[in-house]
Amino acid sequence: MTPDLLLQYLVAGVTYGAIYAIVAIGFGIVYNATGIINFAQGEFVMLGGMIAVSLQEVLPLPVAMLLAVLATMGVGALVEILFIRWLDRPTVLRMIVITIGLSIGIRELALLVWGEGVRSLPYFTGNAITVLSFGDVHVSPQVLWVLGTVAVIVLFLMLFFGRTRLGRQMRACAANQDAARLCGIDAKGMVTLSFVLAAGIGALAGCVVSPITYVQYDSGTNLAIKGFTVAVLGGLGNSAAALGGGLILGVLESLSIVVLPAAYKDVLAIAILLIILVFRPAGVFGNAATARLEEQA
Amino acid sequence: MTGSRFFPLAVLAAAVVLVQAVASLADRNQYLTQLTMAGYYSLPILGLTLLMGYAGQVSIGHAGFFAIGGYVSGFLTTYNLAERANEGWVRAAGGLGLLVAGQDVFGSPSLVVRPWPACIAALLMAALVAYVIGKPVLRLKGHLLAMATLGFGTIVYRWVLGSSLLGAADGISDIPAFPLVPGLVVSGRSAVRVSNYYLAWGLVLFTLLLLGNLVRSRVGRALRAIHGAEDAATASGIDTQDAKLRMFVLSAILAALGGVFLTHYNGGIGPSEASIMKSVRMVAIVAIGGMANLWGALAMGVLLNFLSLRGSFGVYDDAVFGVILLGIMLFAPQGLLRPELLRRLLRLLPRGAKGEPT
Repeated sequence: MTPDLLLQYLVAGVTYGAIYAIVAIGFGIVYNATGIINFAQGEFVMLGGMIAVSLQEVLPLPVAMLLAVLATMGVGALVEILFIRWLDRPTVLRMIVITIGLSIGIRELALLVWGEGVRSLPYFTGNAITVLSFGDVHVSPQVLWVLGTVAVIVLFLMLFFGRTRLGRQMRACAANQDAARLCGIDAKGMVTLSFVLAAGIGALAGCVVSPITYVQYDSGTNLAIKGFTVAVLGGLGNSAAALGGGLILGVLESLSIVVLPAAYKDVLAIAILLIILVFRPAGVFGNAATARLEEQA
Repeated sequence: MTGSRFFPLAVLAAAVVLVQAVASLADRNQYLTQLTMAGYYSLPILGLTLLMGYAGQVSIGHAGFFAIGGYVSGFLTTYNLAERANEGWVRAAGGLGLLVAGQDVFGSPSLVVRPWPACIAALLMAALVAYVIGKPVLRLKGHLLAMATLGFGTIVYRWVLGSSLLGAADGISDIPAFPLVPGLVVSGRSAVRVSNYYLAWGLVLFTLLLLGNLVRSRVGRALRAIHGAEDAATASGIDTQDAKLRMFVLSAILAALGGVFLTHYNGGIGPSEASIMKSVRMVAIVAIGGMANLWGALAMGVLLNFLSLRGSFGVYDDAVFGVILLGIMLFAPQGLLRPELLRRLLRLLPRGAKGEPT
């Protein structure tokens, strides 16, 4: 492989990896608030892309995206209020099955509304063949949009959880829900907020990446598995580590084309997931949250 | 004691005969085809009931074992070895009587593995894969176990979808019938429809008998102890890892058995049999049957698979299973078929009548 080609693969890998990281961060936000791995997290990404594609036919692109993100946040809130909130100390098995049922439900609804077709938003700047050249590396401007958006999301979350009152309240609930409630924090509201937040960042990622990866009613499942791999790789609840894990997985996947037939590209992530689960269930970067995940029966 | 144990099985056997008689008398024998298929689909469900309901270990990848069974048997009985007839291992296999020569559809000579050894190879393969996967993975709990088994199922799906040797997206077709014993052949031909129906349901009855005994035995008590509190079970001297692994392998063999028979019955298998949605359906059926309830899972499995195979759900096929899964887990996590629920419903009736304004 020539160095140029290698760099091209790296760029592609980083782009996909950034999206996996966003899914992983979404898993982490919900997990920290509820102790639930939301198997429908990938569907939020799909919904964001799908809704934006439909809306941009009649609305300007930024407005369509904004509305798509807000609508998906609404779906996130609805999911929590209708299906999670009122359950009285559900078992982990029950929650797994419920969120899997939710992901199927959302996917099948999307199939009814949008059909089986593959859709995408137009490129934000230029078109499919526009390239920016950095020396020998040629990059689509959309890649920069993706990376920029993901960077903004990660920064926003860091500031939100670190500096704002609401973010700190959410962290307090994650640390100890009873204590947080005694301090006057609306713990139930924080759980809803975690679903809204996870849905929002997923939808935004789904919008910016759709010109490159396209979106289909069933693209969520694959993203969920990749995102979970990244979450296990980087640990839950640490955005920077999730970003690192995402980039590693994206690049590995992209480079795997050299040794594996393209049809098996998706198998790589799962193989990595299984290997980590078997040998390092606490995550490669050693993380308490993932260790806790293992402890739960 | 033994009388009550065999009573439900006898009732089921009588029902099986009754259904056949009614279907044949009413000239509706085509229903038997779907009931035969539903019977084969029940085998993985019964195995999964043992694993999920009794041992409390979730698996979202059991369609993978079903597909391994079907694909291995289907591949071996269709892959033509004629051009390799002179290679040592092919000749050795031929010498052992494992191969059968014939002609393919174009009249060229063909040399394929006989169904019996192919079936045994398929079951051994499923058992081996289950052992290798299960040994490390069953140490995991909760979400991690769910994701790991989901990952396994996805790998099998992607593999059969991507492998040109296994027919990629088209799957394997023209799989020969499986002559089980003289006079009994696993085949979808309408001439042997009735005997195949009894074969499938005989297998279901036998599995129920076997698993029913297992559940009542020391092993069954150990599994329930693991489900209740794994640490306590370990402290009581139960080798929990070993018990879980045995159940995992057993359920995988049952799934593969269903896969082998259904594949020879249909004469083909495609990648959709390995899809995650198929695994989720199995989980849904076990859940709606009441988790630790072999009879509930069987009843629900036959009902839902029969309706699904008849196309009653139309384009909403997957959606129906998703909604069932959600509904059951939200409102009746103990399943639908349990006496308490019925009793509670009955108690509601008179109270509802009294509450009405007169």
